[in-house]
Amino acid sequence: MTELKESMQKAQARLKKRHAAETRFKMLGAGALIFAFLCVLMLFSSIISNGYTGFQQTYVKLEFYLDEDVIDPEGARELKTLQFANYAGVVKQSLRTKFADVKGRRDKRKLYGLISSSAGYALRDLVVADPSLIGTKQTVWVMASDEVDMLVKNVFDRNEDESTRPITDKEIAWVEVLEKEGRVEKRFNTNFFSAGDSREPEQAGIKGALVGSALTMLVTLGLSFPLGVMAAIYLEEFAPKNKFTDLVEVNINNLAAVPSIVFGLLGLAIFLNVFGMPRSAPVAGGMVLALMTLPTIIIAARAALKSIPPSIMEAAIGVGASKMQAVFHHQLPLALPGILTGTIIGMAQALGETAPLLMIGMVAFIADVPGTPFDPATVLPVQVYLWADSPERAFVEKTSAAIMVLLAFLITMNALAVLLRKKLERRW
Amino acid sequence: MQATIFTVTVLILALIGYYMGRSRAVSSVGGNIRELHSLPRHYGYYVGMWCGLPALLICVVWFIFEPEIINSMVLGSVSSVTAETSSAMLARILSDVKFIAANGTDVSRATPELIVAAQRYIELKQFGTTALAVSILSFAIIGLVIGTRTIGQKLQARDQVEKVIRYVLLASSIVAILTTIGIVSSLLFEAIRFFGKIPFTDFLFGTEWSPQIAMRKDQVASEGSFGAVPIFAGTMLISFIAMCVAVPVGLLSAIYMSEYATPKVRGFGKPVLEILAGIPTVVYGFFAALVVAPTVRNIGEGWGLEVASESALAAGLVMGVMIIPFVSSLSDDVIRAVPQSLRDGSYALGGTKSETVINVVLPAALPGIVGGVMLAISRAIGETMIVVMAAGLSANLTANPLNAVTTATVQMVTLLVGDQEFDSPKTLAAFALGLVLFCVTLCLNVIALRVVAKYREKYD
Repeated sequence: MTELKESMQKAQARLKKRHAAETRFKMLGAGALIFAFLCVLMLFSSIISNGYTGFQQTYVKLEFYLDEDVIDPEGARELKTLQFANYAGVVKQSLRTKFADVKGRRDKRKLYGLISSSAGYALRDLVVADPSLIGTKQTVWVMASDEVDMLVKNVFDRNEDESTRPITDKEIAWVEVLEKEGRVEKRFNTNFFSAGDSREPEQAGIKGALVGSALTMLVTLGLSFPLGVMAAIYLEEFAPKNKFTDLVEVNINNLAAVPSIVFGLLGLAIFLNVFGMPRSAPVAGGMVLALMTLPTIIIAARAALKSIPPSIMEAAIGVGASKMQAVFHHQLPLALPGILTGTIIGMAQALGETAPLLMIGMVAFIADVPGTPFDPATVLPVQVYLWADSPERAFVEKTSAAIMVLLAFLITMNALAVLLRKKLERRW
Repeated sequence: MQATIFTVTVLILALIGYYMGRSRAVSSVGGNIRELHSLPRHYGYYVGMWCGLPALLICVVWFIFEPEIINSMVLGSVSSVTAETSSAMLARILSDVKFIAANGTDVSRATPELIVAAQRYIELKQFGTTALAVSILSFAIIGLVIGTRTIGQKLQARDQVEKVIRYVLLASSIVAILTTIGIVSSLLFEAIRFFGKIPFTDFLFGTEWSPQIAMRKDQVASEGSFGAVPIFAGTMLISFIAMCVAVPVGLLSAIYMSEYATPKVRGFGKPVLEILAGIPTVVYGFFAALVVAPTVRNIGEGWGLEVASESALAAGLVMGVMIIPFVSSLSDDVIRAVPQSLRDGSYALGGTKSETVINVVLPAALPGIVGGVMLAISRAIGETMIVVMAAGLSANLTANPLNAVTTATVQMVTLLVGDQEFDSPKTLAAFALGLVLFCVTLCLNVIALRVVAKYREKYD
C-alpha cells in the first residue's frame, strides 16, 4: 500500500514538474511573440515621436521695409534687378530695427541666424509678384532657422547649461521676446512636401525624392511586370521539361536570394560602365530594381497560374482555342488578381530598397525635382539615408518624417495587396 | 529622345501593317471570313510583326552599339591618342569633344584638334541618325510588302503569330539567366583586374585593411593594404549576433503560433511579424543608429564597460530583429508540414505538448529549420543598410561585440559611393568583396534550398 502511495506521489511530483515545464515552454513562445511585438512598438513609437514635429515648421512674423534704395536703386523695375536684389539685406535690416540694442559683429551674425535664409526668397517672390510694394512696410511670416525651430519645438532644453546645447542664451532671449509679442507660430510644413533637398534643414523637403521614387517605380514596373508575367507564362504553360527549364528555375530561385547590393554592382558595372547610362538617373535605378523584383513577380505569377484548375484550359481547347488563346483569354485573366498581388508586394520591396541604388550613384545631393527618368534624382529611402547622415539635430525629425511618409506608402501598398487577395482571388 | 521617336515611328508602321493585313485577308476571301484559316486579326498581327519586329530589332542593336562605334571613330581621328593613352584620359578627351559639340567652339577647353574631332562627331551622329532612319523605314516597308504578299486563304497566320509569341515568352524567361550571367561576369571581370594588382592570397588571408591610396605621388598616405580577414570576421560577428536574436525568437514564435496560439492570437501575431518583414532596411538602420546604439552604450557604460558608439552589438541586435519574420515564416512552414500522425503518436504515449514539440516535431522538422536558418544567415551577410548606418568603418579584427567592426557590404558602399576610378585597386576591391559575398550567399542558398526540398519530399 505504502509503495503504491509512494509511487503515486512520485508520479504526481513528476507530473507537476512536467506541467511546469509545459507552462515555461508556452511562456517562452508567448514571450518571443511579445518581444517581436515590442520591437514593432518601439520602432514605430521612436519614429513617430521623433518625426511628427517634422510636419510642422516655426514661422516668425516680422515687419520688412522694402527699401527702394536696396532693392531697385535705379527705379526701372526691371525683372532682372528685382530677382537678383539683395533681399537678405532687407531681412537683416528688419532684424536690426527689431532688436536695436544688439551690437557687435558676432552678436549681429547670431541675430541674423534666427531667420532662415529662405526669408529673402519669400520677399523676392512677394516683390516680383507685385513691384508696387517697393518702398512700403510689409508684415510677413517668414521661416525661422532650424535652431529656433528646434527650440520652439522643445527639442533643445532652455534650462540646460548653455555649453551643452547648440543655441546660446542670447538667442533664446531674442526668441522669447518674439514669442511674447505673438510673433512666433508653428504651422503645417507645406514646404516639406513642395521642396527638394536642401543643406538647410528647415528648407529641405521630400518632393524631389518622391518624384524620383515615382519615376524609378514606373521604370521598374514597366519592365518587371511584363517580363515577369511572360516568363511565368512560359515556364508554367509552355516550357518543355528539360535541363534548360531546370536551369532557368534554379536561376530564378537563386536570384531571389542574392543580396540586393550585388544587383547594385551589376548595375554599376554593366548599365553604367558598359552601356553608358546616366549616373544617378531613375532609368538605371529602375532597371536594377526591375531585375531584383523579377524573381518575386515570376514566382507569384507562377503560383497564381498553377492554382487555376486545368478544366478551364481543357474546356477552352475543347471548343477549338489554341493553347496560346486558352492561356491569354482564360488562364491569364483568372490569374491576374494573384499576379497583381505579387506585383504590388514586389513593388513595395523595391520602393523600400536602398543599397543597390547607392551603387549607381543615386546618393548625390540633388536639390532639383527631376522631370524625366534621365535626370539625376534620388529616391525616398536614399533621402532617408542621406538625412540620417547629416549632423544637424533638425534633420532627425526630417528623417523620421520622411520615414513616416515612406511607411505610409508601404502600408498602403501592402493593404492594397491584402484587399486584392481577399476581394478578387477565387478559391477553386 | 531619339530612341522614343524611332520606337514610336516603328509602332505606328506596325499598326498600319495590322490594318492592311486584316483588310487584305478579308478582301482575299471576298468578305466571307469563314473561308480563312485564322481570324482576320491574326493576319493583322502577322503583317504587323513583319513590319515592326525587324525594324525594332535594328533600333535596339543600333542604340546599344552606336555610342561605342562613334566614340572609337572619333578617338581614332584625334592624333594625340595612341595605344598607350589611359582609359581615364580617353574618357576626358571624349567628354571634351562632346562638350564642344554641344556648346560650340568658343569654350575654353577647345583646341583646334578637339574642334576637328567635335565636327567629326557631329557629322558621324547626323550620318548615323539618317542611316538608321532610312534603314528602319526600308525594313518596315519591305516587311509590310512581304507580309501582305504572303497573305492568302491558305496562310496559317495564327500558327505563325503564336510561334513568334512563344519565342518572345521564351526570351523573357531567359532574362533571369542573363541577369545571373551579368552578375557573375561583372563581378569576375572586375575582381580579376583587382587580383592582377593585389595577389589573391594577400586579399584572402591578409589581416590589415586600409584601402585608402595616395592619389598623387607626393601625397602622404598609406600604400593601401587589402587584407580582407578583418572584414570577413566583422561580417561573421555581426551575423552571429543577429542570428542569436533571430533564431530563438523566430523559432519560438513560430512554434507558439503553430502549436499553441488560438486563432485570435494568431490573427494578431501574424500581422505583427508581417509588419516587421515589410519595414525597409534603411528604417532599421536609422533606428539602430538613433535609438539602439546609444542605449547599448549607456547600458554598457553603466556597467563600467567600454562600448564603441558604433558597436557590433547594436547593429547585430537590430539586424536580428529584421530577420525574425524571415526565420519564423520559414520555420512555420516546415513545422506545419510535420504530419499530425507523429504528434498524435506522442500524445497517445502521454507526452505533453512541449514534450511533443521538443522530442518529436522539432527533430522531424530539423532539416527544414536548418535550411531556413542558412537562408537567414545568407540574408544577414548580404544586409547592407543597417550596417552602413550603425556599424563602423574601421576594420578591427576582434571578437568583442562591444567594439566597432566593419562588414563586406559597408566597405563596398564606402568604396563605391562618390568618385570612382576604375583603374585603382580601391574601387576594384569592392568588386572582389562582392564576388566573395556572392559566392558565399550562393553556396548557402543552394545548400539550403536543397535541404528544404529534400525535407519536403520526405513528408509529401
